Amino acid sequence: MGNGGLSPENLERARGIVALYPEPRSALIPLCHLAQAEHGYLTAGAMEDIAELVGCSPAEVGGTASFYDMLHLEPVGRYVVAVCTNIACMLAGAYEVLAHAERRLGVRTGQTSHDGTFTLEEAECLAGCDKAVCVQVNHRFFGPIDADGFDRLVDDLVAGRLADVVPSHGVLSRVHREVGLTARQAKAGREAGKSEEAGQSDETAGRIGS
Amino acid sequence: MITEHPRIVTSRMGYDDSYTLERYLATGGYEGLRKALTMTPEQVHEEVNAASLLGRGGAGFAAGRKWSMKRADATTYLVVNGDESEPATFKDHLLIERDPHQIVEGTVIAAYAVGASAAFIFCRGEFALGYERLLQACNDAYRYGALGAGILGTDYSLDLVIHPGAGAYICGEETALLESLEGRRGFPRIKPPYFPAAIGLYGQPTIVNNVETMSNLPWIILNGGAEFASFGQGSSAGTRLFALSGHVERPGWYELEMSKTTFRDLIYDKSLGGGVRGARELKAFIPGGVSAPWFFPEHLDMGLDQDAVGKAGSMLGSGSVVVMDETACPVRVAWRITRFFARESCGQCTPCREGSGWVEKVLRRLEDGYGREEDLDLLLDTLDNIAPGLGWPPKQTTICVLGPSIPSSVVSGISRFRDEFLVHVKEGGCPMPPDEVRHG
Ligand SMILES: Cc1cc2nc3c(=O)[nH]c(=O)nc-3n(C[C@H](O)[C@H](O)[C@H](O)COP(=O)(O)O)c2cc1C
Ligand code: SF4
Ligand code: FES
Repeated sequence: MGNGGLSPENLERARGIVALYPEPRSALIPLCHLAQAEHGYLTAGAMEDIAELVGCSPAEVGGTASFYDMLHLEPVGRYVVAVCTNIACMLAGAYEVLAHAERRLGVRTGQTSHDGTFTLEEAECLAGCDKAVCVQVNHRFFGPIDADGFDRLVDDLVAGRLADVVPSHGVLSRVHREVGLTARQAKAGREAGKSEEAGQSDETAGRIGS
Repeated sequence: MITEHPRIVTSRMGYDDSYTLERYLATGGYEGLRKALTMTPEQVHEEVNAASLLGRGGAGFAAGRKWSMKRADATTYLVVNGDESEPATFKDHLLIERDPHQIVEGTVIAAYAVGASAAFIFCRGEFALGYERLLQACNDAYRYGALGAGILGTDYSLDLVIHPGAGAYICGEETALLESLEGRRGFPRIKPPYFPAAIGLYGQPTIVNNVETMSNLPWIILNGGAEFASFGQGSSAGTRLFALSGHVERPGWYELEMSKTTFRDLIYDKSLGGGVRGARELKAFIPGGVSAPWFFPEHLDMGLDQDAVGKAGSMLGSGSVVVMDETACPVRVAWRITRFFARESCGQCTPCREGSGWVEKVLRRLEDGYGREEDLDLLLDTLDNIAPGLGWPPKQTTICVLGPSIPSSVVSGISRFRDEFLVHVKEGGCPMPPDEVRHG
């Protein structure tokens, strides 16, 4: 689709996700993540595809997505850098780190750099409080981070040294559901191929980080 | 007192590959499930009753009792709450990233006991690595035979879905979580029904339990509920995973025996918190997540005990303890906590939606030096409209308890440090230095 719909591969994957749930609508948020993995944000075309897959209107997809901080209805940077300023991080100097981040990236909190590389966000507690100040880049954790650490992090991102750890924005998971896609399928699969169970496909299944 | 006790939920944390199926199986993984499947569901439930396992998600409701509340005659779902977003709480994050199979095993045990036809683990969206590991654990558990049809060679079957959140604290509230799981905005549902055990996911009876609650189950089944209850004391049975942060030398997670270990042990013992940062004075600490009223040095010798902390006017809540030393500004801390609630209020209830924003603004102007003396009363009056009487536990005028959690920090701050609030007015701003950056 020309308007940023889901690729054929992702449409296939999306149908598998819908089949996991007793009600298709439950797949709405997982499919939004899938769409963001493809485009970095929720395009109009993707929302149309999702609406059709889960059985609601595109406006309902947008209306639901707009409730959630991680779902973006507008393009964001390739790297969304989120500095936590909640209590533990604040007590560890998070506002100083955030001010430094604004200077270093040349944007204000909430803005995206002109070249589209970085979006800077102020995050609520990221549950990394023992590593305060905690920073996430595309929801991958770094910490404790001070001003120097922040500069190194940005240098590493720009130089591509963190490509293995930080996928581009929107990619929530590099692991996909591969088995037991529905109770029915699981049963059929088991009965059809008990011998295949411990077979090769298991060994090559997407390990973390692969 | 620091006691000898088994590591019930953190036994694998020393392994780099703790999250893999191989390590899990090599360290006794799925043996609890194997044993559970030789028992009847009622016997499994009975063990959990005998353990007096309290839910670890914040409200501290007995797990066994909750399971008894569901109707037996209808399709039942089990939903595991891994949305962990209460500020300063980071124990479920650890369990999800480092021992996902333990959660999966506990989930299957619980589903078996309550007769659930499907189970869901709701993983906070921001935990990208944790979500990947849960997905991998789910894939591997199916292949191993711990999920799917005919689990571990028995005729018990269960399907599990790992469901991602998308960034909204309110989705930790169990009815908002169910809305989110149904593909909608995370608006908490109107009560009654008070428990999803009556009407939950897709209108069916649903048991919602926390990730740490589930993680205790394999051990309880293997070792027996009575053995679990032999640790801790009274209703605070077993061990609990505490998350320590703020101005301490050694922030981190610590699994400790409940009740017998004290706040002083947790904060000061060399093997635990290691004392207040830079040997400074302790000013205050939060005993159970930012929704909890603050504690002060005179509370240090209290045990990590749900009832004791409750009687003293606060809560053990989510098991997260935040330490503030003498340099912490109570206005700034109360402001930041209120700001969190203002940002995360879902907006359905006027007292919560409007009140959180007003209180945040007044605290901000105090901190910035634009405050007035009357602002203290204004704050208390506004908060009284959210939780009338400002007592503990708070009265509720709203659909969920996010709203009534807003007064805790501000009332704690004003009651104890009124002078420091007033200094902000007199001196035209905050007398405290900026927060010191902790270097990594
Ligand atoms: C605003 C709010 C946020 C909550 N966040 C969480 C959470 O992140 N994780 C959690 O397990 N429980 C959370 N709870 C509590 C849940 O509603 C529920 O009581 C809990 O998941 C039940 O599990 P348990 O009985 O095993 O503790 C929250 C409650 C409220 C009101
Ligand atoms: S109390 Fe606040 S968060 Fe809870 S339902 Fe009402 S507006 Fe939403
Ligand atoms: S307060 Fe920053 S990660 Fe928890």
